[in-house]
Amino acid sequence: MATTIESPRAPHTARRSRGVNWEKWGWIYMRASGVVLLVLIFGHLFVNLLVGDGIKAIDFAFVGGKWSDPFWQVWDTLMLWLAMIHGGNGMRTIVNDYATKATTRKVLLGAILVAVVAMIVLGTLVIYTFDPCPAGSPADLLPSFCATR
Amino acid sequence: MAINTAGTMTPKRPAGTLYRGREGMWSWVLHRITGVAIFFFLLVHILDTSMVRISPEAYNAVISTYQNPIMGLGETALVAAIVYHAFNGIRIILIDLWSKGAKYQRVMFWVVIGLWVVTMLGFAPRHLINVFSHVGGA
Ligand code: HEM
Ligand code: HEM
Repeated sequence: MATTIESPRAPHTARRSRGVNWEKWGWIYMRASGVVLLVLIFGHLFVNLLVGDGIKAIDFAFVGGKWSDPFWQVWDTLMLWLAMIHGGNGMRTIVNDYATKATTRKVLLGAILVAVVAMIVLGTLVIYTFDPCPAGSPADLLPSFCATR
Repeated sequence: MAINTAGTMTPKRPAGTLYRGREGMWSWVLHRITGVAIFFFLLVHILDTSMVRISPEAYNAVISTYQNPIMGLGETALVAAIVYHAFNGIRIILIDLWSKGAKYQRVMFWVVIGLWVVTMLGFAPRHLINVFSHVGGA
């Protein structure tokens, strides 16, 4: 069988010239967010797992202490948004690779979108509506600074 | 091997190709699997963290499940996955953007594995000591 093999670099469709090239920005986003996420996640894991007693020290009071500091609020917000969008976009690539039926693909892509939006909204609300000293809770479960309020 | 129409031999399996079954393929397989695993962990993790909005008791109950030895091993696996995905992600970026990246992709894969081993040697003992030294309360 004689098959002509096109030059690998020959464009097979006409080059698009109008409109935003979303795939290109997605590609750039995966790389830019990846570099930032490396710093944010390694920092998160270091502070929560390696400092002091690590995971044994994590409880409500620990979170209360961290989220009373705008630095960690911003850190976690960035990590939340960047990671969910990076992960969601990565999952989209994988679904596009393996889901061959149009309906399956649409359902899966829709599920990813819903999950990403829901987690970003929930996570952001949790960080900014968080009360480290909820009224009526036993004092020994709360951060030490609550006693002085 | 089968004799094809051109009269030459065609291997049944494309063995010894530049990509298939070599560092390039396995680095990609691992990157994909770790990426999916981290994504699903993150969904659960945002839900468990949101327990801080229910009550201190609810949060402490959920997070205490992360402190038992079996979960301790799971966390070690999770960190192993993240460290690989992160370092290999940098390798992907270098392949794309550094002029010599593609040429050194195979060397860089082994650098990723080396850095991964070093990072895990730093992380795993300390985390596992934290997890196992208080087994049974205290
Ligand atoms: C720690 C820092 C991270 C770095 C440096 C990083 C880097 C990358 C890079 C460069 C890609 C390739 C994108 C492409 O081929 O266009 C990628 C893909 C991906 N990442 Fe990450 N990433 C990181 C964290 C994460 C996190 C936290 C998640 C999950 C929430 C995640 C999930 C994924 C997924 C699902 C893919 C798609 C894999 C594929 O197409 O085979 N990554 N990452
Ligand atoms: C076993 C390892 C982990 C532990 C013990 C842990 C622990 C925690 C804790 C205690 C918090 C509360 C706030 C804070 O401390 O900053 C938190 C929040 C958060 N963590 Fe982790 N974490 C782990 C791994 C990860 C990983 C791998 C990621 C990223 C892929 C991540 C992403 C986040 C995000 C986005 C938040 C904010 C959630 C929200 O907005 O409600 N964590 N984590």
